[in-house]
Amino acid sequence: MIKLNTKNVWTITTKDIGLFIRKRLILLSALILPLFISIGLPMIIWYVINHRNVPVQVLFPIFEAFSFFFIILAAIIPTVIGSYSFVGEKTEKTLEPLLATPTTDDEILLGKSLAAFLPTICMIYISAVIFMVLMDIFTFAEVGYLFFPNWNFGIMIFLDSPLACVMSIELSVLVSSRVSDIRSAQQLAGLAMIPFILLYLLIELHVITIDVNTLLIIAGIIAIIDICLFFASRAIFQREEILTKWK
Amino acid sequence: MIQLEKLTKKYGNLTAVDNLSLQIEEGEVFGLLGPNGAGKTTTIRMLCCLISKTSGTATLNDLSIGNKKNCLEIRKMIGLLPENVGLYENMTAYKNLDFYAKLYHCPENKRKERIEYYLKMLDLWGKKDVIVGTFSKGMKQKLAIARTLVHEPKILFMDEPTASLDPEATKMVRDFILELKKEKRTIFLNTHMLDEAERICDRVGILKTQLLDIGSPEELRKTLLGKKSVVMVDAINDNILKNIKSLGFEQISIENNKMTIDVNDPRKDNPSIIQAIQDAGGLVQSISELLPSLEDIYLKEIRRND
Repeated sequence: MIKLNTKNVWTITTKDIGLFIRKRLILLSALILPLFISIGLPMIIWYVINHRNVPVQVLFPIFEAFSFFFIILAAIIPTVIGSYSFVGEKTEKTLEPLLATPTTDDEILLGKSLAAFLPTICMIYISAVIFMVLMDIFTFAEVGYLFFPNWNFGIMIFLDSPLACVMSIELSVLVSSRVSDIRSAQQLAGLAMIPFILLYLLIELHVITIDVNTLLIIAGIIAIIDICLFFASRAIFQREEILTKWK
Repeated sequence: MIQLEKLTKKYGNLTAVDNLSLQIEEGEVFGLLGPNGAGKTTTIRMLCCLISKTSGTATLNDLSIGNKKNCLEIRKMIGLLPENVGLYENMTAYKNLDFYAKLYHCPENKRKERIEYYLKMLDLWGKKDVIVGTFSKGMKQKLAIARTLVHEPKILFMDEPTASLDPEATKMVRDFILELKKEKRTIFLNTHMLDEAERICDRVGILKTQLLDIGSPEELRKTLLGKKSVVMVDAINDNILKNIKSLGFEQISIENNKMTIDVNDPRKDNPSIIQAIQDAGGLVQSISELLPSLEDIYLKEIRRND
């Protein structure tokens, strides 16, 4: 049974989010991709429809594939925030005083994980809304109905993306114990997006069709990986391990 | 207040702390002296429940560090100032303290009061809304001390509190520790700065994996180096040496016209030494008691155990 003091967890989360917002470079790197996906991709669709005279029905698979980018996004953003949250404390040597406070290892781990999870999910949801609105505006005249929201997109946003985000955060914790600079941590934790890029390629190659069943199976697989990574990251995030074995 | 009994920490085959036993009373300032790698930081980390012990026992206010349930209670009553200040450089001084005060569950009104009190006491109130990254080393160290105190801990652990500070900042930090001493706080201080230990600590322990010696600086001086008298004579000759040795003082070292003589009690022995020199036709220019520094004791003990 894990006992948690939610006040401690929230104190650590808000502190980390505050620090992340002040780090302009990290904030910028976390914002660029969501902006590109939410605004840039609908603009491409608008251009193709209006300047290339492509029938919109041909583009439906592309709409789905573009939607899949939000899962990849959910795997990328936490590598930026999470790596800073864990390795940043290590490089700035702020971990020891934090570990000396009456908080449990689980509270610190959860607090820091939430500090990566909440901004990521906020960015995903805000950019998803922008994406849906722009896509519907640009395609309504051709499609004749609002393509978004739909079930597939809902599952991607509310199930697959949060699970991918958790996976990425847990990988960041594991990576943080083995590297001593933020950039290396980000690069290594970036491995989290490889399975999703492979899935995207399979979708593009029509090996996999995006439908509710496929998306639920993907969610199930990520959930199993998340559970395994949870135990691994919890085992590694222990005071003694951090102070004596973390590089 | 703090009791250690054969406390040991091993990392594989390497013994970092070996059978450390000592007792620290409430309100005492205890200094642990030792070279780098002597096990000072490991000792503090074990006492703060940051790392586990391999064997032995240690209790803080009757709470055993080996018991996981006690760890949170122990951390509530201690304050740790690690060797690296570990402040959040992108946060203001006030927010740094507020963050830690929240983790120690200080009620909001008391939190504000205490932060203001310590920032004012350490002359940082005017900089409370300034980002810590812009602070000097001395200011950061003062802020780290405030962070250590913000929850009013009963026991303070300070790991090399003046290391890498300039002389002015060092004095400032030492003066503040002396102020804390007046408040009767129990302070466990790790240092390799001997003059610091001499000025601040009630008792010191010399650690090199094992505890080599323990006592007040005065006790260590007496027991380890004995007392010496330094006599300046116009010219040293064999008769002078013969007369002094006839009084029973066999250990005499000579350097130019200076003699250093091992004595039992300089106050009692110096008049007879002066007389012996004068009887041999010598002229005493000055005579004084040589007070061995903690550095002498420390070096002697460390070298003896090399």
